Amino acid sequence: MFKNGKCIFIAFILSLLATPIMVAAEYGDVLINNYSDEAGMRPVVFPHWFHRIRFRCKVCHADLGFKMEAGGNQINMLKIIDGEYCGACHNGEVAWAVENCDICHTGKPGQPTQVHQSTASKLTTTTKRKQAESVE
Amino acid sequence: MKFKHSLYILPLSLSFALLAAEPSWRTLVEDGLHDPTSPAIGVLQEPASALSLLPPDTTGNQVSWIRALREGYIEPRTNILPETKIEVLDMDIIMEKTGELSLVMFPHKPHTEWLDCANCHDKIFVEKVDANPINMFAILSGEYCGQCHGAVAFPLTECNRCHSVARSSFTGKPGVQPISVSD
Repeated sequence: MFKNGKCIFIAFILSLLATPIMVAAEYGDVLINNYSDEAGMRPVVFPHWFHRIRFRCKVCHADLGFKMEAGGNQINMLKIIDGEYCGACHNGEVAWAVENCDICHTGKPGQPTQVHQSTASKLTTTTKRKQAESVE
Repeated sequence: MKFKHSLYILPLSLSFALLAAEPSWRTLVEDGLHDPTSPAIGVLQEPASALSLLPPDTTGNQVSWIRALREGYIEPRTNILPETKIEVLDMDIIMEKTGELSLVMFPHKPHTEWLDCANCHDKIFVEKVDANPINMFAILSGEYCGQCHGAVAFPLTECNRCHSVARSSFTGKPGVQPISVSD
């Protein structure tokens, strides 16, 4: 029907079309969008991998009182500036300070708050997840 | 002619095999999570630049975080408040109610190297053998071990890492183990 080269090209294009657009964030990346979208800011991406190289879990989850739940801490900029949550380190002393808005607010807008690459999300199909989300 | 072709094919297939075996990390621009137009791209550290230097694993961040810590690849801070107590506990617990699967050996040591006692006790786990109705349904919904495993600690598809003690080979008593079998 087609010459070999054409066939391969068409197969390549078809395979591109068939590939679902997927988020391939790093394991444990948390997208926090409690208030960002409303405020016209990009949502926050919290990379667990980056922080656990420098701090043990207990520093944030015991000393600083972060609940182990994506979006469960109701963090806002007032609390951060007051030295709570991220503000305990992101104060210009331990880590860079709050005026660097764009370094935390780096996510694509419109995404839901969630932990990326979680086992639960990988074991359920997209349809099941959409059903669950619509029930919520 | 055919021999000539095989000269090209051999190194090519070898490099493909190597690529498949090597762990790789998406860049921030192409991970689908970050906004590619964000001014932080290029400023933020790329996962590969840090994670490729740590001892490898096959899942999660493709890093063995336990080895990274024990072998000194990383030295994460233990506390931010000066009064924080640092307690590492070397105590293994064997759990036997696992259906037909291998028994679960829970090692306190690697957990307390990262976490504070209060992270688990008594909010998630009552500090008593057999007092917690742990089951895989609950874990998969993010309770008990599932608070971390399946989200930041190694994923729940790694059955054998927890179900690690063969039923037939275990002759002791379940619960707190007298001698450490971890490490």
